[in-house]
Amino acid sequence: MKKLLNIFVVSFALVFSSNLFANKIGVIYDSGGKFDKSFNELAFKTAERVKNELGWDMVEFEASNNTQIEQGMRKVADRGATLIVAMGFAQADAVAAVAPDYPDINFVAVDVCWVDDPAGNIYQACYLEHEGSFLVGVIAAMASKTGTIGFVGGMDIPLIRKFQGGYEQGAQYVNPNITVLANMTGTTPEAWNNPTKGAELTKAQIDGGADVVYQAAGGTGIGVLQAAADADIMGIGVDTNQNWMHPGNMLTSMLKRLDLTIFEQAEKTAAGTFESSGKFLSLGLAEGMVGYATADGMVTDEMVAAAEAAAAGIVDGSIIVADWSQE
Amino acid sequence: MSFALDKSKVPWWVSNLIVPLVNLTLALLVSGLFIFIAGENPYQAIKLIIYGSFGYVEGFAYTLYYTTNFIFTGLAFAVAFHCRLFNIGGEGQAYIGGLGVFLVAINFSFLPVPIIWILSIAGAFIFGAAWAFIPAYLQAKRGSHIVITTIMFNFIASSLMVYLLVDVIRDMKQMGPHTVALPKELWLPSFKDFAAFFGIKIRYSPLNASFLLAIAASLFVWFLVWKTKWGYEMRAVGHNTQAAIYAGISPYKNIIIAMLISGGLAGLLSINEVLGVHHKIVSGFPAGYGFTGIAVALMGRNHPIGIFPAAFLFGILYQGGSEVTFDMPNITRYMFVAVQGVIILFSGALENLFRPQIESFFVNKLNRQAKV
Repeated sequence: MKKLLNIFVVSFALVFSSNLFANKIGVIYDSGGKFDKSFNELAFKTAERVKNELGWDMVEFEASNNTQIEQGMRKVADRGATLIVAMGFAQADAVAAVAPDYPDINFVAVDVCWVDDPAGNIYQACYLEHEGSFLVGVIAAMASKTGTIGFVGGMDIPLIRKFQGGYEQGAQYVNPNITVLANMTGTTPEAWNNPTKGAELTKAQIDGGADVVYQAAGGTGIGVLQAAADADIMGIGVDTNQNWMHPGNMLTSMLKRLDLTIFEQAEKTAAGTFESSGKFLSLGLAEGMVGYATADGMVTDEMVAAAEAAAAGIVDGSIIVADWSQE
Repeated sequence: MSFALDKSKVPWWVSNLIVPLVNLTLALLVSGLFIFIAGENPYQAIKLIIYGSFGYVEGFAYTLYYTTNFIFTGLAFAVAFHCRLFNIGGEGQAYIGGLGVFLVAINFSFLPVPIIWILSIAGAFIFGAAWAFIPAYLQAKRGSHIVITTIMFNFIASSLMVYLLVDVIRDMKQMGPHTVALPKELWLPSFKDFAAFFGIKIRYSPLNASFLLAIAASLFVWFLVWKTKWGYEMRAVGHNTQAAIYAGISPYKNIIIAMLISGGLAGLLSINEVLGVHHKIVSGFPAGYGFTGIAVALMGRNHPIGIFPAAFLFGILYQGGSEVTFDMPNITRYMFVAVQGVIILFSGALENLFRPQIESFFVNKLNRQAKV
């Protein structure tokens, strides 16, 4: 009898000491794939940080088609995730469908700010990428010696037009006569994952005189930056600081601080203070959620001064950056 | 030793069951080797595939949902193939078919629901067929090769749809390239609704009534190709165009009709995706089903009875594959593209690797039995 009791006590202790009640972050990546060195990889890195610094568990999913997103999200929820991060606008419907079924799980939807949230468990945020792109446009125009700069996007969708629009407006703010060569990689989801085509487009832009190239093309961007480095011109990275990829040939990177968003929501989930964001939350320069990277880049003090002046102008409203996704 | 063998002596179950099974087993062994090299246990992987695609109701429903898509695209390819046309434009035809479904459903929403469904099916078929018409015309009248034109039309379809989804028919309240959702009463009844009707509560899965449409389409294709005069003419053109002309059969007409039906069947995929699952046009919804359909048709020997199990097999791979990538971090989603590739390689390109040996083995065995 005593032995039985012992077993009982030990197993009880085991159950409670294991991570049964630990928090778990679930990340569902966009079609660019986990290792795009940009948008998705930033989410992965942030999840790793949550794992290491907050002691959470982690579960991930990469969907290979639209139908799998919702399936994967439910699976991640069933595996005990307490915070689910949905990367990209393509997951909006899946979040809207899954979140009400799991009222105890918190959701962070990046690049989504329009879904209904009946259960009050979604933090959805769009970013004002055109403001950040405006600043790198300012820097690009100052760095360009030829007066021609390039832009390579993934697919011609509203989100990418936002990047392109901000960049062109920023460049023209510095140099009204600047030529901006802009190309989109393709019309299928493949366009986010085609570095070869990205490199080809970049080479074409270099032949057209571009000496600074900005990419907003997911995994395709790896090819864009590689081609820029091969031709010894300047590349501009996107979403996360990509300056380390080609030291000496990276001017700067447009930062989209979804890492701050994810980490903050993880902390709030752990503390039990998570709140729904409601619809239409847009995070931009004023909130410090977009910007540009100087570390490892080739930005001069003069460029920083100009970019800071432009940033101040955008925040106080004296410079208005048009959002091309709304046109 | 020669392999010259009287084909008529080979029993049907040897060439249609044993040979494909041997090829499939080999493909799975090679895939298992891949998984082993990637550092995971192939036996565990197979167990996960089986569990993911059969182990629970929703998983099985997902398998059948994928099967539905592959039946449509497989049939589409098969019909054209009987006329010796290699229609690899199923992807684009399905995409444009989606436009047909959406336009019909949104513009005729004042009609009773079942009529809207029938009209949407017609819309999907007509739009898919229309997209196949231009390559068909070019092939029939100008001799432009159908492989080139249909693959080009995939890109044109995708460019056109992205343009429409971004600038014309996008739901302007949000940023994603997709349309507004169709009214809820137009959604095809899902498997979940069906089970709820019988008082069984299951969770969400994308399986819906279009599975029945896929079965109906299989019967339709079987009837059309093997039981009608037109089907006979079309197969005659496919087998020997000169002989068909000599017999008074017009190859032009048959090429165009075969492609129209093929495109229409591919267009029906969008019934499943637009009316059944997403309830809107989502950019890139054909997601490669059109291309996988080619493999499905070739594996299924271009016959509806063969296409069904082949489509089911690919359904298992898709659904079970997502289960494996979920549980085995070393296996990425690209790994399953490779596994599909190996299966296509063994059952398509290397099909004749063991066929002569297997066939002569069985023929000799049967001969010996006959002598005894």
